[in-house]
Amino acid sequence: MAERTPVKDWETDFDVMDSRYIADPFTIWDQLRQTCPVAHTDRRQGAWLLTTYDDVTEAAHDVATFSSIEVGVIGADPDEVPDRVLEYGLPPISADAPVHTWTRRLLLPWFSHRRVDEYEVITRDLCRRLIQGFVEKGHADAAADYAQQIPVRIVAQILGVPGDQADVFTGWVRDVLEFADDRERVKHGAEGIFNYLTEEVQRRREDPRDDLISQLVHGEHDGVPIGEDIVLGMAALVMIAGIDTTWSGIGSSLWHLATHPEDAARLVAEPELIDSAIEEFLRAYSPVTMARVVTQDVEWKGCPMHQGDKVLMNFPAANRDPAHFDRPDEVIIDRAINRHVAFGSGIHRCAGSNLARMEMKVAIEEWLAQIPTFSLVEGAELTWAGGQVRGPRVLPVQFP
Amino acid sequence: MKILVNADKCQGHARCYAIAPELFDVDDYGQSTVRGDGVVPADLIEKAKLAIANCPEYAIDVLED
Repeated sequence: MAERTPVKDWETDFDVMDSRYIADPFTIWDQLRQTCPVAHTDRRQGAWLLTTYDDVTEAAHDVATFSSIEVGVIGADPDEVPDRVLEYGLPPISADAPVHTWTRRLLLPWFSHRRVDEYEVITRDLCRRLIQGFVEKGHADAAADYAQQIPVRIVAQILGVPGDQADVFTGWVRDVLEFADDRERVKHGAEGIFNYLTEEVQRRREDPRDDLISQLVHGEHDGVPIGEDIVLGMAALVMIAGIDTTWSGIGSSLWHLATHPEDAARLVAEPELIDSAIEEFLRAYSPVTMARVVTQDVEWKGCPMHQGDKVLMNFPAANRDPAHFDRPDEVIIDRAINRHVAFGSGIHRCAGSNLARMEMKVAIEEWLAQIPTFSLVEGAELTWAGGQVRGPRVLPVQFP
Repeated sequence: MKILVNADKCQGHARCYAIAPELFDVDDYGQSTVRGDGVVPADLIEKAKLAIANCPEYAIDVLED
């Protein structure tokens, strides 16, 4: 892993993998929003970092200037030659029109309200079983024993792959998303996912079932069978984007409730606040930052951006912008007006947002139903992941 | 009050549907539409205002106050 020097100046030398940024990005964003709302770094082939709501949403809508062909916050080293390159990456997230348009249309019905209502039944049952496993012990790791175990199994169901492989899938996805500085680990995760899914795709060719992979393998676009690169990329996207993100959202929500018992007590007393509480957790602890690539040399907000530059779409910082949110650093679980962009903005709005919201809601409802009072284990060490996806990875809690 | 979802702006966040399912419907592709002719009954005006104020894409137009 490359040695990293500590950041001295966040305006000109930021690093989203810096331990201080992962622990407390909020004060860094507050400072940047005031002094340098479009920050720059030369680290890792260079990048721009947006921190205001207006800039982030404007850039998200300006798909002519900001392409999605590379959405990773940490780019690959240009000297590295990947073993396997999917022509369109992970569409629709890493595609522009026209590939984005038609691949997204294939994906969306799998995450419609109608489908998500079906998944809710198995999600609730799963949450109850997980809690049964530790409720009598009086303590648990709310991240590893609970939050981490939920979205991966629903994603497995959608893809039609066995849920008992959950820990393997989780490991691969973490390799890809959370350890971007460790190229060996990224390679290991990416190869794991693609080799596994390549076999699954072959199996569905001969033996189609009622799952997303089967539909894609036997699907057509404009009368032509969907190419294997697209099928693999889309299946990998569902796995990669559907696991780490929602698990982070559930974990951050539980961290908040463990450290703010007044909010936990209020949610128990007023369960009808669950929807606004989840929206507020999404706003205040938005997990996901995405990247874009500048398509042409342009002066943008006074900054000289060049073709090929990476721009970080800092949705979490946008959601703490005082220009758009009253008391942005306070978590107000009955906040009535909450135009947050935790799921992005514009044509790349998270395709799984209905599913993520349901999983967060059910996970918190079921937890509070059986564990209404809980707190962090005193002296225990918490760890957070950050960079592309921010959320707690070790979250020891205790309950009477 | 009469409202309309601007189909070009709607990106399927579905906040309107979550807040006021009496007034909005969402299809399998995430596209929101108003139910019926978009005229909001008096007892749902507050909900309609909340849905408008929570749309991240500013996609709900008020045709008549």
